[in-house]
Amino acid sequence: MARVVVDVFLKPEILDPQGRAVQGALGRLGMEGVRDVRQGKQFVIDLEGDLAGDRAKLMEKLAGELLSNPVIEDFTMRVEA
Amino acid sequence: MRVGVVTFPGTLDDQDAARAVSIAGGEPVALWHGDDDLKGVDAVVLPGGFSYGDYLRCGAISRFAPVMTSLVPAAEGGLPVLGICNGFQILCESHLLPGALTRNDSLHFICRDQRLRIERTDTMWTSDFTDGQEIVIPLKNGEGCYVADDAVLDELEGEGRIIARYLEVNPNGSRRDIAGISNARGNVVGLMPHPEHAVEALTGPSVDGLGFFTSVLTSVVNA
Repeated sequence: MARVVVDVFLKPEILDPQGRAVQGALGRLGMEGVRDVRQGKQFVIDLEGDLAGDRAKLMEKLAGELLSNPVIEDFTMRVEA
Repeated sequence: MRVGVVTFPGTLDDQDAARAVSIAGGEPVALWHGDDDLKGVDAVVLPGGFSYGDYLRCGAISRFAPVMTSLVPAAEGGLPVLGICNGFQILCESHLLPGALTRNDSLHFICRDQRLRIERTDTMWTSDFTDGQEIVIPLKNGEGCYVADDAVLDELEGEGRIIARYLEVNPNGSRRDIAGISNARGNVVGLMPHPEHAVEALTGPSVDGLGFFTSVLTSVVNA
């Protein structure tokens, strides 16, 4: 069994109003010096069998086409055994 | 003149869009997300709502619906397609239009009667307007902030593909006050505000929205 973890974040140049709101809340709750907050998404995908070869390529492709939108988002993908 | 109106799970404005087509003088044809048959329609409207609950990203799952596997190549071949609100988001996710719609900069869901300026009148969906015409139609969105990189924005400006801009107030933080854009050919148009809610004096702030629906009828007849 393989576990695939995909993290998706808005690109640095795209405004993240949710992150900004969280930044404001952290400050109001006493957390000083919060320079920036970016809010993202994490997908945890459990697969039967191993992730290798064409299957790994497909997973990577879908991370870029379905799980994230390359126009506004970057993703990172890692596989945990 | 038959205009398809697509219903996805979570679509809200398909009935109003179909009604707008009728009032404009066309025949609305219901299209279903799970069916790749476009039923030989002359044009298609992707209406607003929250298709697939807006899960993942607005329009991200709808893009892969069976109806889109037929619609995308048809649109690339010249079929007139208007995406309103969630429909605009679907057109961007499908890469029929550049850029993306993101969360309003205010984080608030905005619902208001919005003044726009029509800036391009040679698309299949805007030909019945006059250049620079100001209209007022409802706007209602939570993720209507249009973003694209500067190169894309410059290209849209240079090619005259920004079809409408927000006037008086930019309600959602859209780059360069963009309310709607078209593809290069002018057959595919995405618009964040809702013309289908402004086609009758009884229920709309104006009947300014009707122009989008009469335009496509004229465009198809003349094509």
